[in-house]
Amino acid sequence: MNLTSELESNPVIKKLEESHLSGLEKAEEHHGQLCLTLSADSLPACAKLFRDDPELNFNFLSDVTCVDRFPHEPRFEIVYRLRSIPKGDELQIVVRIPGAAARVESLVPLWPAANAFEREVHDLFGVDFQGHPNPARILLPEDWEGHPLRKDYPLEGYR
Amino acid sequence: MALTLEKIPGQEEKLILNMGPQHPSTHGVLRLVLELDGETITRATYDIGYLHTGIEKTCESLTYSQVITLTDRVDYLAPLSNNLCYCLAVEKLLGLDAAIPPRAQYLRVLLTELTRLNSHLVWLGTHAIDMGAMSVLLYCFREREEILKIFEFVSGQRMMTSYFRIGGLAVEPPLGWEKRVEKFIRIFPAKLDEYEALLTRNPIWLKRTQGVGIFSSEDCLAWAVSGPILRASGIAWDLRKARPYSGYEKFDFEIPTRTEGDVYARYQVRMAEMRESLKIVRQALEGMPEGPVKADAPKIVLPDREKMKTQMEALIYHFKIITEGFHPPVGEAYQAIESPRGELGFYVVSDGSPKPFRVHMRTPSFANLQVLPKMIEGSLLSDAVACIGSIDIVLGEIDR
Repeated sequence: MNLTSELESNPVIKKLEESHLSGLEKAEEHHGQLCLTLSADSLPACAKLFRDDPELNFNFLSDVTCVDRFPHEPRFEIVYRLRSIPKGDELQIVVRIPGAAARVESLVPLWPAANAFEREVHDLFGVDFQGHPNPARILLPEDWEGHPLRKDYPLEGYR
Repeated sequence: MALTLEKIPGQEEKLILNMGPQHPSTHGVLRLVLELDGETITRATYDIGYLHTGIEKTCESLTYSQVITLTDRVDYLAPLSNNLCYCLAVEKLLGLDAAIPPRAQYLRVLLTELTRLNSHLVWLGTHAIDMGAMSVLLYCFREREEILKIFEFVSGQRMMTSYFRIGGLAVEPPLGWEKRVEKFIRIFPAKLDEYEALLTRNPIWLKRTQGVGIFSSEDCLAWAVSGPILRASGIAWDLRKARPYSGYEKFDFEIPTRTEGDVYARYQVRMAEMRESLKIVRQALEGMPEGPVKADAPKIVLPDREKMKTQMEALIYHFKIITEGFHPPVGEAYQAIESPRGELGFYVVSDGSPKPFRVHMRTPSFANLQVLPKMIEGSLLSDAVACIGSIDIVLGEIDR
């Protein structure tokens, strides 16, 4: 993968290369914030590295959300936001998954905070988080049909 | 109403108790299911979504400027914090963040700090009444009314202000607003002393709060707890200092922290925060720069009424912005601010059209609430009420 020299010297990317974890698909900066696109199967190992490495120390999973790119495939972008407290670094991780197999490994074993965030994504987008201890709907009633934040969810008319 | 706790075989004598959603001490429509052994909570779980109105979905069918009115309704106790966070995120997306005039930045800081006082006053009053201290609520709402009057004077609205706009403020505040703010910050420190005289060394208050709902700093980090709860467990983390926005780096204030991590420590942190906010308001008032309150970006910011009525070009821009909106570049932006409850973040994704492709709100109450079962399991039923109050949840931003 071709990276600009500025990104190559970024400690997060250096650590990823040193640890020989494959799966980095894209690295870019959005408004001064590092954003890594990882493959779905490499996510748990990479996330563990980011959390446990003493220099990176991303100890705070601040958010998990999703963007539906329908009708483009891979359709779902799961967006993880990590913080390192009190150092102050921020890191965005994106995992792209296809609509036909909308599932990704749960990060609850690494950060218990992922529990409610992943349930919300599951509820509103219909993405399955494998290994989640309580994969139930969180905001909508449990007999609700469909996932409203999907782009192909009907906005009006009878159900 | 399907969520419940199944009885564990052999422990049938334990009582499953449903608390809420219509329960005054759940601060809205939070529902808890508790398993009780006598008066001790042995297991707990929570049920949310009673106030889910699909705000994130609604955002996708409104233009960028129209979304501002929805952000007020997310956290109805801190509307201006939400306005600010959303506007900053869209400004980042537009590359407009460096173009915000200093007067607009100072006014934004001043008003968001008044919002923090407003929110903390409601928290203090309701937290105290939950524990039986009735009079504090009346005093807190008396002072809150003064803040709401300032909001009404400045923006025309007491609660759903929608006063911050993409690129600055809606209008220059009316003449004489400084006097009102000045009067408020002159009288408020004495009122804070009054609340503290009622509570800080009150033996009943101490018994109800000290050593209750202890949450360690390691747990806070693992569970993504931010705001006063995190600071009460000993970590001096405040986004206004760690990643300053809207010119907060120019202001001199402290981050109050405690190490006990209990309900009383959270009370102390919030009380100290109110004094710090007052300091920021005073500095903003004294250093208030002159100049415009809107950025010079005619394609994004609405022109003044006068210009719109006299200049053809301004009229065309006005028409375009109102009927169609503006087109931000394709991309995404995330902006986090320190709301009264913790890290509030807006994640805005643009596909180049005048309506956002996706708006996600990372709301502090949603993250903070999930630690409640862990906090109250093993404690007394009456402590659950103290813990809910100390987390300071707003169901509007939990359910969105």
